[in-house]
Parts: sequence; structure tokens; C-alpha cells
Amino acid sequence: MNFELTQEQDMIRKMVREFAEAEIAPKAAERDRTGEFPQDVFHKMGELGLMGIPFPEEYGGSGGDTVSYAIAVEEVSRACGGTGLSYAAHISLGCSPFYYFGTEEQKKKYLIPLAQGKSMGAFGLTEPNAGSDAGGTQTTAVEDGDEWVLNGTKIFITNAAYAEVVVVTAVTDKSRGSRGISSFIVPTSSPGFKIGTIYDKLGLNASNTAEIIMEDVRIPKENILGKLNEGYKQFLITLDGGRISIAAMAVGIARAAYEASLQYAKERRQFGQSISKFQAIQFKLADMATHIELARNMTLKAAWLKDQGKPFKKEAAMAKLFASEMATRVCDQAVQIHGGYGYMKEYPVERHYRDIKLCEIGEGTSEVQRLVIAREIGAS
Amino acid sequence: MNILVCLKQTFDTEEKIVIENGEISEDGVEFVINPYDEYAVEEAIKIKEEQGGEVTVLSVGPSRAESALRTALAMGADKAILVDDESLFGDEYTISKVLAAVAKRDSYDLILGGYMAVDDGSAQVGPRLAEELDIPHISTITGLEVNGDKVKVEKDVEGDTEIIEASMPVLLTAQQGLNEPRYPSLPGIMKAKKKPLERLTAGDIGINPDEIKAKTEVLDQFLPPKKEAGKILEGELDDQVKELVQLLRNEAKVI
Repeated sequence: MNFELTQEQDMIRKMVREFAEAEIAPKAAERDRTGEFPQDVFHKMGELGLMGIPFPEEYGGSGGDTVSYAIAVEEVSRACGGTGLSYAAHISLGCSPFYYFGTEEQKKKYLIPLAQGKSMGAFGLTEPNAGSDAGGTQTTAVEDGDEWVLNGTKIFITNAAYAEVVVVTAVTDKSRGSRGISSFIVPTSSPGFKIGTIYDKLGLNASNTAEIIMEDVRIPKENILGKLNEGYKQFLITLDGGRISIAAMAVGIARAAYEASLQYAKERRQFGQSISKFQAIQFKLADMATHIELARNMTLKAAWLKDQGKPFKKEAAMAKLFASEMATRVCDQAVQIHGGYGYMKEYPVERHYRDIKLCEIGEGTSEVQRLVIAREIGAS
Repeated sequence: MNILVCLKQTFDTEEKIVIENGEISEDGVEFVINPYDEYAVEEAIKIKEEQGGEVTVLSVGPSRAESALRTALAMGADKAILVDDESLFGDEYTISKVLAAVAKRDSYDLILGGYMAVDDGSAQVGPRLAEELDIPHISTITGLEVNGDKVKVEKDVEGDTEIIEASMPVLLTAQQGLNEPRYPSLPGIMKAKKKPLERLTAGDIGINPDEIKAKTEVLDQFLPPKKEAGKILEGELDDQVKELVQLLRNEAKVI
């Protein structure tokens, strides 16, 4: 048992924290207001090797581990939730499928520029009638000579408008249900590929969330990712890893809300003393600190298991479930501690309160996490 | 070009100082490269990238200082030396003697350091080291050009800029404004652990600790007095002035 970070992990934490405080946090409120996508930030993160942390150098990555990646997501999300979401989606959903399932050639062609941060990664899974229920997938891919022809609509796709290629799932054999779904590599410049609605969200406004519309999009035969009809299996594996990053993101946002509250409570004076002297406020802060610590431990444990090559499905679901739910409570209490000021956009906790909710929804709702955990513990 | 950068690991400037039993507590404290030394590290790496050469970073301090050296290696320095022998710790006099002994093991064209450390703030070690090595030094530089064996530096002087040329070997100390230190990149961090870090003791550098004992002694350490709440004077301007004069005389006792 050793709870200490390695020297490299600690240096990465320090570097990302300094970078995030200096380069990301100052414009977080402005991005929340304008919805401006932080391309300049991702460009710098690419130069620092942050856009491909957990992938080997030969594929453009930094050769880091999942623990380092989780630490980076936490620090980035603490500075700006929207930037954190785009970052987490880029690596976990955009890059990972190439790394896990791509051929050597596909890794070289697609993963390298992504991991170097030259473009954003995106993963087209969700559809109007298919979220966690992959059986509802309506996008189709039909073979036509040496091409695949794709038709369908994907919704809520993070980074879609800033991606050069998107991995999308499509039905290749309707008779086989979820075992008849495959993944395809689709260049966003393909004729018939359109970005539809850019969603107006509750929070996380710095991240880009868009609709993808594909009308007779033709891609070469070799653009199938991995094997035919294995798309369902692939995205379950992809989402397992992604859950670690959403847990880390939740920890990061919760930390930002907690730190703002602790500082505010010490400065805000009522009845002749700072409100942090009141036990009612102290207990809130103590609970926040405790929950954040527990969620981080679980997140890092799931990341560690993944790095050790051990099963981590259950732990990743637990980390995601607990971290996102505790973080929603933390942000709620952060607004409460700030009182009327907490309801105002002038204070950052108002943003955190809106930003955090997605963590209970994206990459599997809390309900789906409970299903996964129930299945893993043999309850179902 | 062979460049030596002397650096000290100091408290993160945002850390709160806590004194326990007359000693500064290090519990849970984040340590960083002394910010002025970080400018020196950045400058050395820049020169190496532009003109070639090798950058060695050197520190005298406890074993935790390794992380400061590793950070410098992650930024791009080539090798590190840590003198972590406690018998060699002391004041500015001691430290400069130790640094000189290490510097003399090799020959360096350029020695860089911060002009002072943010913890004890003496600004003595750089100039002392130059004296020990019998080479010229220029302190608090804000600009540097290296041409062949010459350096041309800029330094702030009373709101103006002084430009000085010198021949190498030379020792320069960095002032804020010299550059904007880079973040260590991920690949840099991963490579840093494979770069050489040499640990030295008194025996290794042929020093008898008794001969370089500190010339100064710390008698007491205490925090500055807590700032009292300010007082806002109210009422008519004439009355306010009268009250102010009275307070300055009787309470603050400055007039």
C-alpha cells in the first residue's frame, strides 16, 4: 500500500496546476459567458504533451499513465469545467478508440495528430433514440463497392465542431442487435457530413457540444475501426476508461467550489465574526473536504487498477457515481455558503453549480453507473 | 558551452509561514525552485537550445531538493548535482564555499543563478561564489546576449537600463524580467528521471566542514506582528484633521 504519487506524477500535478491557474482559470468566467472554445489553451496543452498523456510516444503521446491523466483532468477542470470536459472527451473518447482498436496504420494516421493536440478528438455515440441503450442506434453503414455509406444523426457530441475526424457507431447488421454495430472513422470534411445544432447548455459553456448529421457520407472501406460488428463492445470499453476522467473532472470542479467557499467563509463577516467560525458552516466545509478526498482516492484507485492491467470496470463506475454525486452536493453547498452572493454570476460557485450537473449524466448517468455496479457485484 | 546553474529549493511563495518552537514548519508545504533561480534555469536552457552546450544544475540542500533539480531537468537541463550532506549546510559563506568546490571540479563558461532566494533574501551567494572562483560577476540582469566568449547583459539601474559587456567565464544573477520560464513538458518530465543526478558529500568535494562553518547565527525567528484593523475617521474635514494629528501624536507616536 502506497498512497504517494511518484515523482513524475507529482511533477505533472504541479505543472498542470501552475499552467491551469495561469493560462486557463483567468478566462473561465468569460468563456462561460461567451461560449468561446479555448483553442489557444488546447494548442498550448498540445505543446506541453498534455493532449496525449496516456499514449506511448510512438503514437504522439507522452508515455504517461492513467493516474497522471486523471490528475491532469482534475487540475484543468478545477480551473475551468468546460475546458476540463473537452480535454477529458478528447483523450478518453476521441483518442482512446484509436489506441485500443485501431490498426497500426490507423494509429499512425489518426492517433498521432490527436495526441499531439493538432486537432480535437470526438466520439459519435449518442443518438436521439440511443444513449446507453445501444440497441436503439439508427445510424446505418452500408457497404457499397470499396466504400461504406453512412446515414444518421448523432447528438450531444463533445468537440464535434473542432474535430477533423470523428469515430461514429453505426448499425452494420440490424438482425444482430447490439452485436451488429460497428465503429467508423469519419473525416469531418467528407461530403454529406454536417455539424448541425451547437447546443445551448446549462453549463460547461467553454466545451463544444454539437449535433452531427450524416447524409450519404462515403468513407473508404479501411475506415472501419477494429473488427466488423464489434462497435458495442468497443464503446463499452471506451466508456469504462472515460468514467475515470469524468470522476476526475467532478473532483476538480468540486475542489474549485470548495476552495472558493473556504476562502469566502473566512472573509465573510456576520454577527461580528467570520462565518467560518460558525459550526453550521464548518460542518459544511468539513463534509466537502471529506467527500472530495474520498472521491479522489477512488478515482485514483480506478486509474491505478487500469495502469496495472487489472479489471477496473466496477471501480471506475463507483468513482464516477460517487464523485459526480458528491460534487453536485459540494457545489450546491458552496452556493449555500455564499448565500445571496453565491446566486450571482460575480462569484465562481454559480458557474460550478451549473457546470457540475453534467458529471452525473455524461458517459452514463448515475442510474446506469448503479446498473453497472449492480451487475459487477452479482446483484442482477 | 558549459553552463552551471545554481538553484535553491524554497517554499512556494503562496505558502503560509508557520513557526513552531522557533523553527519554520515544513509540514505539508509545497516547495518550488526559487523563482529567481528559475529565470536562471530558463536562460541557460535557452542559450543551450540556440547555441548548443550543456546545462548542469546544482543545489546544496536536503534530499527533498531533488524534486527542484528534477524539475530543472524536466525543463531541459542535462544533468544535476545535489550536495545533500548536512555537515555542509550553513549560511551564505558556507554555501558559496561548497558551490565553489563543486564548480571547480569542472570548468564552466557561464554560471547563472537567481540574484537572491525568496526565503532568506540575502542576495549574497552569487557574488560570493564569483569571488571564490575569481571570476567577474554581474548581478540582477534583465537581458542577456551571448556572442562567442562575450556576454552582453542588461540590468535595471534606478529606472534606467545599464548595458555591460564581459568575457567568459562570468557569473550572472537573474532579476525578474529576464525571461518567462517555461512549464516542463510531459515528455520532459518523463525524460527527467533518466537524466543523471549526482549526490555529493563533503568527502567527495574534498572539504572539511569544520573549516567552512557558518559565520552567522540565527538567534530568533518570529512572524511580523499581526496587522491591526485600520481606522476610518469620520465627521467634518476639520475635525478629521484634528483627530488625525492627535492620533499621530498620541497613539502612533510618530510626530
